[in-house]
Amino acid sequence: MTNEELQIKFKERFPDFAESCIIDKGHIVAEIPLEHMELTLTTLKDDSEFDFKMYMDFTVVDWMERKPRFDLVYHLYSVEKNHRIRIKVGITESQSAPTMSGLWPVADWHEREMFDLYGVKFSGHPNLKRILLYDSFKGHPLRKDYPVTKRQPRIESTFPTRDSQYQEKDLKIHRGD
Amino acid sequence: MAKEYENRELILPTKNMALAMGPSHPAMHGIVRVNAKLDGEIVVEGSVDIGYLHRGFEKSVENHTWNQGIIYTDRLNYVSAMMNNVGYCLAVEKLLDIELPPRGTFLRVIMSELSRVADHLTCVAAQVMETGAMTAFLYAMKAREYVWEIVEMACGARVTTNWTRVGGLMADVPGDFVDAVRERIPLVRDVIDELDKLVTKNRIFGDRYRDVGVMTKDEAIAWGFTGPCIRASGIPFDVRRDTPYLNYDAFDFEIPVGTNGDVFDRYLVRMFEMEQSILIVEQALAKLPDGPVSVDNKMVTLPEKADVYGSIEGLINQFKLIMDGHGIQVPPGEIYQAVEAANGELGFYIISTGGDTPYKCRCRPPSFALTAALEKMITGQMIADVIPIFGSVNMIGGELDR
Repeated sequence: MTNEELQIKFKERFPDFAESCIIDKGHIVAEIPLEHMELTLTTLKDDSEFDFKMYMDFTVVDWMERKPRFDLVYHLYSVEKNHRIRIKVGITESQSAPTMSGLWPVADWHEREMFDLYGVKFSGHPNLKRILLYDSFKGHPLRKDYPVTKRQPRIESTFPTRDSQYQEKDLKIHRGD
Repeated sequence: MAKEYENRELILPTKNMALAMGPSHPAMHGIVRVNAKLDGEIVVEGSVDIGYLHRGFEKSVENHTWNQGIIYTDRLNYVSAMMNNVGYCLAVEKLLDIELPPRGTFLRVIMSELSRVADHLTCVAAQVMETGAMTAFLYAMKAREYVWEIVEMACGARVTTNWTRVGGLMADVPGDFVDAVRERIPLVRDVIDELDKLVTKNRIFGDRYRDVGVMTKDEAIAWGFTGPCIRASGIPFDVRRDTPYLNYDAFDFEIPVGTNGDVFDRYLVRMFEMEQSILIVEQALAKLPDGPVSVDNKMVTLPEKADVYGSIEGLINQFKLIMDGHGIQVPPGEIYQAVEAANGELGFYIISTGGDTPYKCRCRPPSFALTAALEKMITGQMIADVIPIFGSVNMIGGELDR
């Protein structure tokens, strides 16, 4: 299905979000409010006209000053019909998004990763814990307010003076922000 | 007596054993840990721990300029780094709305396909070595060396290539490049044939690979499989054909598809794909046009060195592209660009808010979805089957953990 046909279908099916559905550089993009997310994604997957059976990618974007702060970005793909869609859902720091791991099993790990790196919570997730970083890690490194140069050694050095990071701090080497 | 023994066996207390394989285990290439709960030799519950190679790819790219991001993509799938370079640069070029001259596009196709051959050779070799075939491994490594010689010729490095630039390539290939590729193609083909004779009809591998780690069509889609693994499950999904990029629609190639979705089919799909990749390389070499490899755009491409040292305009141009805060100015926007990497769909979702650094650079690693499904694939299998299953998904730590 071409992008234009898909856009028309999407607008017919979801008249409430019709105006947010645009074609941007050859990609269909639609923005959906958080409270309608679960139902919309379920429809996109199960409706044979859309047939988005594959959960291609999931990520979060941190827009520091904006309200709501985060965007959940889903990239869905239909193997049968060979079309793609990008769904964006705004979410604040205190809200939690419904998990999609019941619909697409691979969402389990993707959501764990985003919980790990951005601190976005997913309600109903079977195993919501850190995946890439270690459990005692503090903070969420991909947030824009997490400093690039910040270090969190997992094992404290027995000889702190020999550790290069302490020396750097003492010598006041400027490494940029 | 026998009856008594039977009864005793019934009440014999047994319990499941927890076995952790990895993070550094000789048969787990890459660092990843499989926590298996065993009932005898059967894995009743398996879970996979990853993250041992996490190095903050996204955070690093967000804090560097557009061209500096390329070196981080080398380290994603380090066996076929050129394909990652190409994927990242295509995404940025789409944001900039520029198109490469034909020679640059053809060279990108040639090197992508050669990288795919190298990657598949490595995967097949590691997979058969882990099940006991040291000879086949060494043969395949020999062929990979032929491919990497070509890679070295094009960019000077074998593994961390850093070969593309936004808007083109690092440099044109040397004059004897085409002959060198033509010379090595038959050598690589010979090794693939040898590998095929050693492994494909070998009873040992047939018994170990067939009906192991099966993923049906629906399961493969639900778990987000792409690349050789989804094709082994019988779905002809290939980004090169379904969402064409570069000029793949100009080439004639077939997409090998498996039927059972087991480890053996994944092996076979990779073996057939290597031949298809070589066919694409041959077609591209025959059609390789002359001309520049980078776009003629002073806002994107670095000037010739003779210009930099010979004229003030060239010097200023170089300065403007290199200095912090100047650099390539990408207009605000967002893009998702997918390329068919060796393991599947490698996607770059890049957001620019203007300026010389990306605001966000998400990489969709194909290995991530495959490794997520590992838990499902190993559950219910024998402990000895974990190794071939793990080998068949070709997990690459650099790309999985980023």
